[in-house]
Amino acid sequence: MDKKLYTVIIFSENTVGLLNQITIIFTRRQLNIETLSVSPSAIKGVHKFTITTFADEDMMDKVVKQIDKRVDILKAYYNTDEDLIHQEIALYKLSTDLFLKMKGVEDLIRKYNVRVLDINEDIVVLEKSGHYAETQALFKELSETIGVLQFIRSGRIAITKSKVERLSDMLSTMEKKLMENN
Amino acid sequence: MQKNKTDKENNEELSIVNCQLSIPGNTRISGSEALLKALIAEGVDTIFGYPGGQAIPIFDSLYDYRDQLKLVLVRHEQGATHAAQGYARVSGKVGVNIVTSGPGATNTITGIADAMMDSTPVVIITGQVPSSLLGTDAFQEIDVIGITQPITKWAYQVRKPEEIAWAISRAFYIASTGRPGPVVIDLAKDAQVGLVDYIYEKVDYIRSYQPVPDIDKEQIRIAAELINKAKKPLALIGQGVILSHAEEELKIFLEKADIPAGMTALGLSALPSDYPLNKGMLGMHGNVGPNRKTNECDVLIAIGMRFDDRVTGNLDTYAKQAQIIHFDIDNSEIGKNVKVAVPVWGDAKETLAAVTAYIQPAKHKQWIASFETDEQEEYTKVIQKELTPLSGPLKMGEVVRKVSEATQNDAVLVTDVGQNQMMGIRYFKYKRTRSVVTSGGLGTMGFGIPAAIGAQLGAPERTVCLFMGDGGLQMTLQEFGTIMQEKLPIKMIVLNNNFLGMVRQWQELFFKERYSGTILMNPDFGTLAKAYGMGSRTVEKREELGDAIKEMLEYDGTYLLVANVESHGMVYPMIPAGACITHIIMGE
Repeated sequence: MDKKLYTVIIFSENTVGLLNQITIIFTRRQLNIETLSVSPSAIKGVHKFTITTFADEDMMDKVVKQIDKRVDILKAYYNTDEDLIHQEIALYKLSTDLFLKMKGVEDLIRKYNVRVLDINEDIVVLEKSGHYAETQALFKELSETIGVLQFIRSGRIAITKSKVERLSDMLSTMEKKLMENN
Repeated sequence: MQKNKTDKENNEELSIVNCQLSIPGNTRISGSEALLKALIAEGVDTIFGYPGGQAIPIFDSLYDYRDQLKLVLVRHEQGATHAAQGYARVSGKVGVNIVTSGPGATNTITGIADAMMDSTPVVIITGQVPSSLLGTDAFQEIDVIGITQPITKWAYQVRKPEEIAWAISRAFYIASTGRPGPVVIDLAKDAQVGLVDYIYEKVDYIRSYQPVPDIDKEQIRIAAELINKAKKPLALIGQGVILSHAEEELKIFLEKADIPAGMTALGLSALPSDYPLNKGMLGMHGNVGPNRKTNECDVLIAIGMRFDDRVTGNLDTYAKQAQIIHFDIDNSEIGKNVKVAVPVWGDAKETLAAVTAYIQPAKHKQWIASFETDEQEEYTKVIQKELTPLSGPLKMGEVVRKVSEATQNDAVLVTDVGQNQMMGIRYFKYKRTRSVVTSGGLGTMGFGIPAAIGAQLGAPERTVCLFMGDGGLQMTLQEFGTIMQEKLPIKMIVLNNNFLGMVRQWQELFFKERYSGTILMNPDFGTLAKAYGMGSRTVEKREELGDAIKEMLEYDGTYLLVANVESHGMVYPMIPAGACITHIIMGE
């Protein structure tokens, strides 16, 4: 089967050591994690992991089931890019000297929708958010012209386009069960 | 050399001493005592353990609770985990260990991994250095949680005495529900000695953990429809049936639709050996019938088993003609190894009953009768030679069958790993469920002796027969001391061929008889048994075997029967690893 980029979205309880439990499941299947982003979710006490990896769908399905099975994982699922709105953020550190001498700075800023975060006599820091290809295109253009002193890109963050909210559905089912049992 | 202590360490010890002073009128108890109260609340009465620096407070508290909690002092922590496994497997209760930090904890790893592979409910409590020292490479500190996370259902470190009641109840809930498995609770020293107002906290709900899913009625209906249409159905029975106490539901299901069944190694004894629809064992050394029929049936109904490679052989040629229905409680097992037409996710006791309600009574007389040809072939080519040889040295199979018969086929079988295991599970017979304790998934040599200790304590009224090889016996030999101390009347049989027999078998078949690392020079096992106060006898001649077995079973106490069997014995039938399951070597 063909490998493509999948985004695995995992909701978990906020307990110590969960990242380790998740990554070992990728390791056992020899899957490289391309990007990883972890943050508290909209629901108090629930953490969200967003992980991208290249795999075939059969493998992705097995891996996600094994993640979902861990006791402290609330919900895990995977999506392809078509199902998602996703974004990454990148920072670029440049030499002020070269930046000021560069031709077409205004065009560059307009074309890439760049924000200038800081500027002093030594360095300029630009910020660009977008898909991987977009942040990469700016990096390429800058490094081929004035050079980039430092570059950093975040892991992917993503939300699904679908109406279905798998975590809230799961939580309400579990709460209903608890009520029924009591 | 005396280690220079830091101020921090001195303070630590001082605070420990302070905590242990009892203050009159204070109802607060130590974390260690809270741990024991929590264990008692979970119904624990037997603990397999070994003390050490960071577990001394727990063992000290145990001294006060020795009437309620029986401590079985093993001789090595690996033995503690296997004993807990044996105990859990025969009794259905959760097996419990208490060990110290560092090496105590790392010695339990093999047993924890074994319990994970074989879905055995055990709770392993490990001591840990005081929380102020965590992460500093303190004496006997090891990252138990990090090490055990991949091989446990849940691993949790307790740093405060207030967490103990909650953590223990949660541990038992997780270990024993859904697909059972091992849980590790790592208990920092300060949590053991700190004082707490103990309040029992029952955990029976975790919002991120759904042990038993709701039945999908639509899948039940589709499964039943497929079974109703089947002309040549075959059921594959795994340990899931035993774990969910679904033995009766299984019989009703099989009888109503008249479905023959093959058993996985761990599923053995879910149906009695002489049950007409029980067609024997699956897999590499299983029976010819169920293996061949797997590739002839039209509907394959897998119940509580996981299509292990030792069962399936080459997946590319496995049951390709059949539509597969997979009953399992673990969703991640469904579709993991084989393509499943109908998944039935749930507890086998419920799902089997639900499917049975929808199926039509059927008869598959001809299909079932077709097993007889395979049975006859296996009998002539393999079983007859193994069980009733006319001359030559003792065969492993005949020893096993004679012991089984002498117990009226009603004993608990415990095995080690290797040829003794395959011969044991092939030729022992079962009347009751939970009668087989063997290391399936991990295949742990050295499992036998400690597992038999647990099995005997878990089923004190039953006869426990342990079969082992001369190799595996010497891997956990030290547990003879535990058996002696606990006065356990285990009947042990060593099938001695002075070889690591199963590896030797592979070397004979696939490595041009180059016996690298498989020839053993052994001690006199009989003398060894005597050193531990056991009854013992060594047999080599067929004429003496029956009498020796009788003596063993009548002996009041532990007995080691040393059966010197043929040195180059082979376990047949055999499907070579990775071969198609119909590619069966009979050893003619």
